[in-house]
Amino acid sequence: MRVFRGYAMSILLYSVGMPVAYLFAMGVGLATLVDANQAAAFGGVSYLAFIAPALLVSAAVMTSSGEFSYPVMAGFKWRRTYYGPHASPLVPQQIAVGHIMAVTLRLLFQSAAYLGIMALFGASPSPWGWVSIPVATLSGLAFGLPLMAYSASLKQDKGQFALVQRFIVTPLFLFSGTFFPLDTLPLAVRWIGWISPVWHGTELGRVFSYGYDEDPLLTIGHVVFLLACAGVGWTLTQRCFVRRMGT
Amino acid sequence: MSVMAEGHEATEAARARKFGSLYSRNASAVVSRGLMATRSSNWLVMASGFLEPVLFLVSMGVGLGSIVGPVQGPSGQEISYAAYIAPALLAVSAMNGAIYDSTWNVFFKMNFAKLYQGMLYTSLGPLDVAMGEIFLALLRGLLYATGFTAVMGMMGLLTTPWALLMMPASVLIAFGFASFGMGVTSFMKTFQQMDWVNFFLLPMFLFSATFYPLSVYPEPIQWLVQAMPLWHGVELLRQISVGSFGPATVVHIGYYLVMILVGILLTTGRLRALFLK
Amino acid sequence: MKPDVVIAAHKLTKKYGDLAAVDGISFEVSAGESFGLLGPNGAGKSTTMKMIGGVSQRTSGQLSIMGLDPESHGPEVRAHLGVVPQQDNLDEELKVRENLLVYGRYFGLPLSYLRPKADELLEFAQLTEKAKSRVDDLSGGMKRRLTIARSLINEPRILLLDEPTTGLDPQARHILWDRLFRLKEQGVTLILTTHYMDEAEQLCDRLIVVDKGRIMAEGSPSSLIREHSTREVLELRFGSERNTRIGAELQGIGERLETLPDRVLIYADDGEAALEQVTARGLHPLTSLVRRSSLEDVFLRLTGRSLVD
Ligand SMILES: Nc1ncnc2c1ncn2[C@@H]1O[C@H](COP(=O)(O)OP(=O)(O)OP(=O)(O)O)[C@@H](O)[C@H]1O
Ligand SMILES: [Mg+2]
Repeated sequence: MRVFRGYAMSILLYSVGMPVAYLFAMGVGLATLVDANQAAAFGGVSYLAFIAPALLVSAAVMTSSGEFSYPVMAGFKWRRTYYGPHASPLVPQQIAVGHIMAVTLRLLFQSAAYLGIMALFGASPSPWGWVSIPVATLSGLAFGLPLMAYSASLKQDKGQFALVQRFIVTPLFLFSGTFFPLDTLPLAVRWIGWISPVWHGTELGRVFSYGYDEDPLLTIGHVVFLLACAGVGWTLTQRCFVRRMGT
Repeated sequence: MSVMAEGHEATEAARARKFGSLYSRNASAVVSRGLMATRSSNWLVMASGFLEPVLFLVSMGVGLGSIVGPVQGPSGQEISYAAYIAPALLAVSAMNGAIYDSTWNVFFKMNFAKLYQGMLYTSLGPLDVAMGEIFLALLRGLLYATGFTAVMGMMGLLTTPWALLMMPASVLIAFGFASFGMGVTSFMKTFQQMDWVNFFLLPMFLFSATFYPLSVYPEPIQWLVQAMPLWHGVELLRQISVGSFGPATVVHIGYYLVMILVGILLTTGRLRALFLK
Repeated sequence: MKPDVVIAAHKLTKKYGDLAAVDGISFEVSAGESFGLLGPNGAGKSTTMKMIGGVSQRTSGQLSIMGLDPESHGPEVRAHLGVVPQQDNLDEELKVRENLLVYGRYFGLPLSYLRPKADELLEFAQLTEKAKSRVDDLSGGMKRRLTIARSLINEPRILLLDEPTTGLDPQARHILWDRLFRLKEQGVTLILTTHYMDEAEQLCDRLIVVDKGRIMAEGSPSSLIREHSTREVLELRFGSERNTRIGAELQGIGERLETLPDRVLIYADDGEAALEQVTARGLHPLTSLVRRSSLEDVFLRLTGRSLVD
C-alpha cells in the first residue's frame, strides 16, 4: 500500500481536477447547447444533474481500469511487489485481496471527493446522493476484477492494455448512456450499454442522486448485475493468482 | 577475401562522411528502424489508435447529436452536430497521438527499453534520433487522419473538397505538439512527472471549443482558451471542413508555425539533456 | 601527445550530484593496444566507458579519441567505435538479424555491405539458426553474444567492451577471446573491463586498477603482480570459525597476511617455507595450497576487496 503514497498528488488531482473539469465542460458548457434545445429529454432535470452521476461512475471505472491492468502485471514482472510479500507466508489470495482493498479505498475516496464537488455544482439534489459513492465503487470493481484476472494471466504487455483501453473502456464510456439516454442510440450499439457496468452503475447512480424514476425491478437488476460481475471477476482472479504463484 | 576488401571500403566510406556535433544526416535510419519495428508489432494496436476519435464521433455525433440538433458552423450556416465536432475530434486525435509519441513513447524508450542508448552508441547523433522519431509520429498521424477523414466521408460529413486539406493540416497540428512535447520530455525524470502532461491535455481537450462554441464562456476565459494551441487546431480544421476561410485561418496556421519553430529550438537546445546523461 | 595515442584522458571527472563516480583519472592508450580497467563494483569503470563513447557528459577534465573530443564530435568519434555496454540494449522490437542490419544502418552503412556482414557475424556469434527469432526469446548468453556481434558491424578501430563475457559459457568465452586476439592482430584497439582475472591477464597488455573513481595502480599484468604482491601465496583454511581468530597466531610469517572470511592468505616469496613455519607453530589448517600470485592478489591488496563479490 505504501506504493501508492508516491501517487498521492496525482490521485488528488485526478479525483478533484478531473471532476471539476468534466462537470464544468460538459455539465455547464455543453449544457448550454443541450438545455437550449431540449430540456425534456432528461426526465425534467438539468443536463448537469443528468450527466453528473454518469461521470462519477465512469471516473471510478476508468481509475479501476488503470489500477487493475498495468500495476497487476507489473507486480509480477517488474517490481515484484507480489513476489515480495509472497516470500513471507502470505497466500496468493491474500495478496490479491491486498491489492483489491487498496484500490477499493482509492475508489471510495475518489468517489466521495467527486460527490462533494458535484454537490458544490448543485448536481446532486437528492438526500440519497451519498449512495452514489458505494455504487460507483461497486461499478469500478465490477469492471476491474474481471480485468484483474486477465492482467494476472499476462506475462508481458504487448499492447494488450492499450487495446483494453481503446476497445473496451472507451466504448463503455461513450455508449453507456453517459452523455445522453441510452435509447437515443440505434439498437445496433445499444447492447453495449446493457452489458456495461458503466451503464448499470450510471442508472443506479441516477436513481439515488436525483430520484430518477425507474422500475424497481430494473434497479435491483442493476445491483445484481454489478455484484455478479465483481463475483465472477474475483473467482477468476483467485485462480490466476494461485496458478501464477504456484501454491 | 574480396568481400572483406569491399566491406572495408564501405566502412571507410561511412566514416568519411561529414558529421555534425549532434547530427550525422542519418535520421532516415531511425525512420526505417521504426517502420521495421511496426511491421512486427501488433497491428491491432496500431488500428486502435484510429478507432478512438471514430468512437467519439459516433457516440457524441449520433447519440448526443439527436438531442442537440443542428448548430451554427464557422461561417454562420447551420450544420449537424456531428459535422461540428468531427474536425475538433480530428484535431484532438492529432494532438494526443503526437504528444503520446513524443513524450511517453520517448520517455519509455529512453529509460526502460534503452533503445536510444543503443542508437547513440553508433554514429547517430541525438538530432538524428529526435528527427526520426518526430517524422514517424507525423507519418502515423497522417495515417490516422486519412482514416478519420474517410469515416467522415462515409457518415456523409464531407460537404466540400476543401475538407481533404484537413489531412495535411492535422499533420501540421501534430508537428506542433510533437516538437514541443519532446522538448518538454527532456525535463522529465520520473513517470509521475509524466502524468503532469495529462493534467495539461485533459482540460485543453474539454475546453477548447471541442464540443460547444467558445461563446458559452465569459470573456476572460475565452481569451485563455484562445491562447491554447488546441483551440487554434480545432478552429483551423473546422474552417477547412466547410471550406470557409478568413484572416483567422492565417492566424491559426501562423500559431502552429511559431509553435513548431519554438518546439524545435527547445528540443534541439535540450538534446543533450534529453539523450546524453 | 605521441602520434599513435588514440585515447587520451586527462583528469577526467564525472560527478552525479555529490558523488564523484570518476574522480580525475588520466591515462593514454596507443593504437593497437589492449587496455583494461579493473575495479570493484561502483569503481567508475562503466562511467568511464560511457564518457569515451560520448554518451555521458563529463563534469571536467579532457578527453580525446583519435584527436577528437567525443562531446563535440560524438557522431564522428563513434563512427570509429564498437561498443558492448555492460547491460545489453538490443532492440527488442526487432528480430535477431534485423538487429544487426538496423544497427549497421545507424552507421550509415549500405545494405549491400550489411547483408553478408550480418550473416558472418551471426556465424561468429553461433546464432545463425536464431536469425529470425525474436530477441526476447534468446537466452541471456545468446543476447550477450548478439550484442558483441553487433558491436563489430562497422569494423571498429576501437572496441569498448564493458564486462563482455559476463554470462557467457566457457566455450563462448574462448571463442570471443580468440576473436579479440585476431582483431588485436589487425590493429584494433581494445578497451576492456572485466571481473575475471584470467581474462584480464590473457587479453590486456596494460591495465589500470580503479577504486572509487581513482587510479590505484597502472601497468602490465605481470609488472603489477611483481610490484604489488609476492611471488607466491599460501592459502590456508581453518574452517569458518577459526579463520578470523587465528590471524594473530600467524603474525610474522611471510611478508603480509590477509584474513578473508573463508581463508587466510599468507604472502611470501617461498610458500612451502611459510607453510613449514605455520606447522612449526603447532597450527594445522584443514587445507593448504601454495600458488603463484595473480591479479586477484594485486586487487585485494589495492582495494581491500576481493574481485568477484
Ligand atoms: N546515472 C547515474 N546516476 C547516479 N549515479 C550513478 C549513475 N551511474 C552510475 N552512478 C554511480 O557512479 C558510480 C560508478 O558507477 P559505474 O557504473 O561506473 O561502476 P562500475 O565500475 O562500472 O561498477 P560495476 O563493476 O558494478 O559495473 C557508482 O557509485 C554508481 O552508483
Ligand atoms: Mg560497470
